[in-house]
Amino acid sequence: MNAAGMAPARLTRWIIGVVVGGAFLVPLVGTFLYTLRDPAGGVTLAHWASLFDPAHAATLRPILLGLGNSLILALVTVAIVLVVVTPTIILVNLRFPALRRAFEFVALLPISIPAIVLVVGLAPIYLQIGRALGTGAWTLAFAYGITVLPFAYRAIQASLDAIDLRTLTEAARSLGAGWPDVVLRVLVPNLRQGLMAASLISVAVVLGEFTIASLLNKQVLQTGMVVVQKQDAFAPAIFTLLSLAFVFVLLLIIGSVNTGSPGARVRKNTTRKAS
Amino acid sequence: MTAIDDAPRGLPRTADNALLAEAGTGTRVEFRGVVKDYGPTRVLHGIDLDIRPGEFVSLLGPSGCGKTTALRVLAGLEQASGGSVLLGGQDVSGVPTNRRDIGMVFQAYSLFPHLRVVDNAAFGLRRRGVGRTAATRRAGDALDLVGLGHLADRFPHQLSGGQQQRVALARALVTEPRVLLLDEPLSALDAKVRVQLRDEIRRIQLRLGTTTVFVTHDQEEALAVSDRIAVMNAGRIEQIGTPEDLYLRPETPGVAAFVGLSSVVPATVSGGIASVLGATVPVVGEVADGEAEAFIRPENVRLGGPIAAVVQESTFLGSMRRTLVRTEQGAQLWLQHPVAERLGFDERVTVGIAPVPVVVRPRG
Repeated sequence: MNAAGMAPARLTRWIIGVVVGGAFLVPLVGTFLYTLRDPAGGVTLAHWASLFDPAHAATLRPILLGLGNSLILALVTVAIVLVVVTPTIILVNLRFPALRRAFEFVALLPISIPAIVLVVGLAPIYLQIGRALGTGAWTLAFAYGITVLPFAYRAIQASLDAIDLRTLTEAARSLGAGWPDVVLRVLVPNLRQGLMAASLISVAVVLGEFTIASLLNKQVLQTGMVVVQKQDAFAPAIFTLLSLAFVFVLLLIIGSVNTGSPGARVRKNTTRKAS
Repeated sequence: MTAIDDAPRGLPRTADNALLAEAGTGTRVEFRGVVKDYGPTRVLHGIDLDIRPGEFVSLLGPSGCGKTTALRVLAGLEQASGGSVLLGGQDVSGVPTNRRDIGMVFQAYSLFPHLRVVDNAAFGLRRRGVGRTAATRRAGDALDLVGLGHLADRFPHQLSGGQQQRVALARALVTEPRVLLLDEPLSALDAKVRVQLRDEIRRIQLRLGTTTVFVTHDQEEALAVSDRIAVMNAGRIEQIGTPEDLYLRPETPGVAAFVGLSSVVPATVSGGIASVLGATVPVVGEVADGEAEAFIRPENVRLGGPIAAVVQESTFLGSMRRTLVRTEQGAQLWLQHPVAERLGFDERVTVGIAPVPVVVRPRG
């Protein structure tokens, strides 16, 4: 037994690391090698270079169009998380703590509902949205707001739990702050990590979403890749690698924000006892 | 530990300090028949309290007596179910907390973790539209007042608990509020810091003349700093008076039991005179003749006298010794005596009761 008691031995840890890492890496490396393959045999960078080839642009159009839509969707979804979801979570915690359990249940529910089921319910609603707001791809953000809810909720609630929400709010109120000042000047700076994590996870979810967009006939990055794949199998593979790399960088940012910032030290302050 | 020690620094004797230069006379604070219900439970049964401008009043009582609720109603953090709260003669019952012009220090550490000490202290001024430069200067004055001007650039997590509560006090005072509300601000601190800060709060309050309401469950704290104390029990004020009043002339058995240490011993009342363990003492207030219980203060019991007793325990308190004895009738009596008199467990002694008026309650 080592000092940590339940922790596995060094060798076991290495074996676990290699097996799990391999499971992740094999498909990625396979995809990468595939993008380097010359149909005539051998290795070539031609498929990567063709991304910038004007002659190839028409083929790639669905992907680029979808990527643009997906980025707009990511922005609108993040706005929904910050402007609608966050104030709601704060309100429930401050004013209606008795509703917290119910709210948590509802917020986590979408994770257990298959996208296809969600679409069946959303289709008639999107008929109305289409009439009221048009059929622009950005309207998908309403559906995505629901899809990202569990992730956003967990991230924000965790950082709310780390501060003394009630005392900070009441202190700010007693000092003359109105509600907008309380939220923007006191709560948001102290929830920064949670809000950052919620936003980045939302971006990752939106960029990876296929089912809802496809079934509601919207063009996003993922649907674009499927379209292009029928003519050029290599370009979607490259975009898959690029978007995975992008999401990987996002997750790295979340990780570093949560551990390395001065804010992480600030949190300990609230739980500290007498001098 | 990055924090430095909490040594008291006293008040700066300078006229340059804007806060001291503008010290006022304080605002009158009134509770009029304040009632508070949580669902079917009534936690405040009509609180009436008139606090004079510049007065330091403590709300004292056991936990759950409604003292904090009363303070929160005054702050506007809770809505009263009935009655009204007046600040300077103006009914503020419908005014939200942020427009009541109050300063408040909380039991939990309430500094904003993301702001430097000086920005914490300037927060209230900034919300009132004071420019950054002027707000920072005044915040510095307020920090000088609590002896922490040199820590202005620190963050709250770099301060000790006592220092954090001092900054919270400076932050509450910098706006020159109409009333300063203290919600058990000392209870998270260790004993020595608690006494220092308690005395410092009182010194600063006297200098600034700010009307102050102090909630505490610690009777020693309340006795030490208050002009008057309102003793609360079960949602009612049992007695309002100066610390001397409450200690020497408690009007109810509840106050007698809660304020200071008392021995509760059997007594017989007849015509305003109680017979306690063979001694006769006058009774406070009107009490029906018959069997009763008397509250005897330790300082009114002396060594040597007609009552035979056995020592149960004896505690050294520095300047004196406090001893618990058991009389032959089985009553337990606390007494105070000079340190030089060392008493051992089971030692036989005699004690006497001074003929000072005592509070009695009928024996149930």
